[in-house]
Amino acid sequence: MYTSGLDVEDRPAAGTSRRRALCVAMAALAGAALLSACGKANEEAPAPGTTPAAPASDSASIKVGVLHSLSGTMSISEVAVKDATLLAIEEINKAGGVLGKQLVPVVEDGASDWPTFNEKARKLVQQDAVAVVFGGWTSASRKAMLPSFEELNGLLFYPVQYEGLEQSPNIFYTGAEPSQQIVPAVDYLLEKGKKRIYLLGSDYVFPRTANKIIKAQLASKGGELAGEEYLPLGGTEVSTIISKISAAKPDAIFNTLNGDSNVAFFKQFKDAGYTADKLPVLSVSVAEEEVRGIGADNIAGHLVSWNYYQTTDTPENKKFVDAYKAKYGATRVTDDPIEAGYFGVYLWKMAVEKAKSTEVAKVKEAVKAGGIEYNAPEGLVRLDGKNQHTWKTVRIGAVRKDGLIDEVWSSGKPVQPDPYLSAYPWAKELAAK
Amino acid sequence: MAPRDSALRTFVWTWGAPLAVALPLLVAPLVLSDFRLNLLGKFLTYAIVALGLDLIWGYGGMLSLGQGLFFGLGGYAMAMYLKLETSGSRLPDFMSWSGLEALPIFWEPFRSPVVALCAVVLLPMAIASAVGYLVFRSRVQGVYFSLITQGLTLIASILFIGQQAVTGGTNGITNLKTIFGFTRGAAGTQTVLYFVTLFCLGALYLLCRKLTQSRFGRLLVAMRDDENRVRFLGYNPVTLKTLVFALSAGMAGVAGALFVCQVGLISPSSMGVIPSVEMVTWVAVGGRGTLIGAVVGAILVSLGKSALSESYPEVWQLGFGALFAASVMLLPKGVSGFLQRHVAKLSRRRTDGVAGPAGGDEVDPAAGPEAPATTGR
Amino acid sequence: MNEVLLHAFNGLSLGSILLLISMGLAFSFGLMNVINMAHGEFIMAGAYTTYVVGQHVAPLVGGTEAGLWFLLALPASFLVAGVLGLLLELSMIRFLYGRPLDTLLATWGVGLVLQQAARSLFGASNVQVSSPSWLSGGVALSGGVQLPYKRVFLIALVIACIVAVYTYLHRSAGGRRLRAVMQNREMASCLGVRARRVDAATFALGAGLAGIAGCALTQLGSIGPSLGTNYIVDAFMVVILGGLGRLPGTVVAALVIGVANTLLELSTTASLGKALVFALVIAFLQWRPTGLLALRTR
Repeated sequence: MYTSGLDVEDRPAAGTSRRRALCVAMAALAGAALLSACGKANEEAPAPGTTPAAPASDSASIKVGVLHSLSGTMSISEVAVKDATLLAIEEINKAGGVLGKQLVPVVEDGASDWPTFNEKARKLVQQDAVAVVFGGWTSASRKAMLPSFEELNGLLFYPVQYEGLEQSPNIFYTGAEPSQQIVPAVDYLLEKGKKRIYLLGSDYVFPRTANKIIKAQLASKGGELAGEEYLPLGGTEVSTIISKISAAKPDAIFNTLNGDSNVAFFKQFKDAGYTADKLPVLSVSVAEEEVRGIGADNIAGHLVSWNYYQTTDTPENKKFVDAYKAKYGATRVTDDPIEAGYFGVYLWKMAVEKAKSTEVAKVKEAVKAGGIEYNAPEGLVRLDGKNQHTWKTVRIGAVRKDGLIDEVWSSGKPVQPDPYLSAYPWAKELAAK
Repeated sequence: MAPRDSALRTFVWTWGAPLAVALPLLVAPLVLSDFRLNLLGKFLTYAIVALGLDLIWGYGGMLSLGQGLFFGLGGYAMAMYLKLETSGSRLPDFMSWSGLEALPIFWEPFRSPVVALCAVVLLPMAIASAVGYLVFRSRVQGVYFSLITQGLTLIASILFIGQQAVTGGTNGITNLKTIFGFTRGAAGTQTVLYFVTLFCLGALYLLCRKLTQSRFGRLLVAMRDDENRVRFLGYNPVTLKTLVFALSAGMAGVAGALFVCQVGLISPSSMGVIPSVEMVTWVAVGGRGTLIGAVVGAILVSLGKSALSESYPEVWQLGFGALFAASVMLLPKGVSGFLQRHVAKLSRRRTDGVAGPAGGDEVDPAAGPEAPATTGR
Repeated sequence: MNEVLLHAFNGLSLGSILLLISMGLAFSFGLMNVINMAHGEFIMAGAYTTYVVGQHVAPLVGGTEAGLWFLLALPASFLVAGVLGLLLELSMIRFLYGRPLDTLLATWGVGLVLQQAARSLFGASNVQVSSPSWLSGGVALSGGVQLPYKRVFLIALVIACIVAVYTYLHRSAGGRRLRAVMQNREMASCLGVRARRVDAATFALGAGLAGIAGCALTQLGSIGPSLGTNYIVDAFMVVILGGLGRLPGTVVAALVIGVANTLLELSTTASLGKALVFALVIAFLQWRPTGLLALRTR
């Protein structure tokens, strides 16, 4: 118990000189703290109350923000994306920069905490006056940043597949939305005769929304829902869920688990006697980076759905993989979000060069006019002028014994983004804006 | 050197520290950029939590690891109103994603700002009273109390995450655009909110001060130091403890609501186990048992965290964790205790004209040597 | 019938995991009244030790398949986490005895440092250890149900740990000293027991047990810098339900929580099940504030 004798504050007639001294010291301390804050503000920001002047466009460099979780649970995935973004920035600088100016990355840590993402996004846009921010992973982090970018008219490039049903004027989405990942994946399972599908996910927004979409799709296409179960985020106790799956006897499992739970699930799923032949699991949040943490032998043969794999056969990809490994180590792998974090910088560069300015309104205007295309490692990607999402090729893959992923099906060409699933009659109810 | 006039002296002694903290905070809007002001405003809401936590921990001796829960409840109550205001006649966006057709019944009352503002204070207080009464009645104390409140926080955050349709799940409630008709993010609104927060902090500080100086406060400290004696003197510790717990919960609720107004979102990540521990660190660093210490601690720690993570985004946790652990080790009474002890020594030396070595023979109950290692085992 | 057996087994194995992660805490928290928030990071240290042994020692002792390395990783994890615990005790905890809430705060800071250290040393991503072949697969029951060997092994490991701890406490000189100091510190000191040393040893032992837990958990879950945070609150719940100062209480509490969690999860969902279990634990503590089997009054 904490019981040592503290003075009750401001008890009159006790320890008088000490009391006075405390006053003086506190004043000094508080003053110093505030002064340091002010000093910081003064050196970094223009006069208070004014909006930052045209972002760094007359100096010799352009500031760009990189905002990912470098600590906390999400850092297991996000650090690698940050690395890829920095690689792209470095390459662009070597090749002469953007509009003849060097890019200066400002890296911030979102700390896997949504209010922190909000704070850092504001800091980057308001305080550092960056031209663009590359960052975010979880939907929650994007939702936390979104109002900041809209209010302050900043620009965010968001590199991860997500649940769709969103279209912010200040965000460019370089990851897949459902029609470029989830919908084709379910179609693939149905085509292969897997009619009874079990939905397994982490208890948060992406899995719940994704599963809502899948249920509507199954209902319209003659599939059958075998069961639906959610694990708390970060939860690793999956034995009961595996028992529930055994009892439901599905043909396939559609897996939207996140992070650590995937590791526990695949390790224990295998030990419960299930192989990919017996009961295939199709995952949408497991890429090469995650496979490394799960252990290739635990997940070999199971399916995934993405737009890019390290094995994707394009000359650009060979160059990208080599550059990434040369910079960060031969044991590192590349995967879909990493690649999206990489080519996002190039897409932004093209838009800026077309607009001849880093101003957000002009950049958006340039994208709207169309024609922002780039030969990314995954093949041709194009920023859609209307919905600010990206045209991407859909690829279903199977995990190999060595942890890389082989493509088993591909859409063959970039698929038009459709975040509100307006082209699908069965999705009418979901897409209420 | 010291003021001769005793009235003036008393004034300086009792008001010097609070004023020294308040003055820079009052002029801050003139010198800080919008972003920094917004950040400072956020820290002030933390200071309100710290005040409440200091009341129950520093004065009452009960460490609550559940302040995050109350902070979150206040925040959610406010956010529910703001979300409904922003959405107008439509269903809040996360509800339609989650497949709800109509507004859940318990959301309806939150259309009224009065109900929401009352809920901000009363909801945390009601829960704290209920839990507190049960816990204190069965004489759960010390560490048990801390861990039970931690467990409660965990349960609440699991439930809030799980009930996505009505709470927004992990995302929480976001995108709150307006507040009582004003654009929430506008610089003017933010400045007003800053002053509102500062005012609340000042008012609650004065309230806590009044309380701790009153009979109630003395009883509280007496109970911290020897509960049985207080019991034998005829007071009921259960009522007293429940009251303080509820009070600190209410303050956390107010802080949560102000936080939502300034930051524009509330999510389970603000009400979980980790934020609750962080709240305790504010009071620990500032110095438990002095109200102004709690306020300074909250601002100082948050400022340090922001500054460190901005300067060293890749490894800041290393420095933050080490600094924090060191401050607990080296400053057991927090910054205010440290200053109280060392500056007092300095000034005494000066006023008494004694230049000799001080310290060894000093008898100072507030800064005395630590309790022997064997107590409390 | 198989169904019932499977659920009973699941409950038992969850209980054994909980026991494994909370046994170390039963020493530091239950016996010494030190709230070690860095306990989860000791678990993490054990897991990373297993990873390092799997990477660097396994090729020398017959490869990852043979699994001899895993048997080496168990004591190695115990040692590494134990040494970390010893260092923490010597540098910090010993100055904080009698101030349990300060130990909570200081070790929380230490936990942050250890997490970041792991991230800087091993990278931010999860790493992976392969399982020895004798831990792959399971006992097949009829109806396609299978009891994984890993979980059987875990239950055996927990039993071994309990037996070892019991033997140490009750059959060895060190254990006798430990019990003496915990029961009456002054008296023990008067009789010549060096209480300071016993403190250090006890804390290190608790940390070492966390290391073993970390090693075993590599077979079930992920290995990453934030691994410990997944387990820490659960471990505290087990110890306070069991009652401070009573190892048998911890054993019973872990099993009760494990079975209750499995049953509740079956009838509800995973999230709700967990919340319900915690709510029940808290409700129980209203009724018996000192836990299931506490004898000491405090």
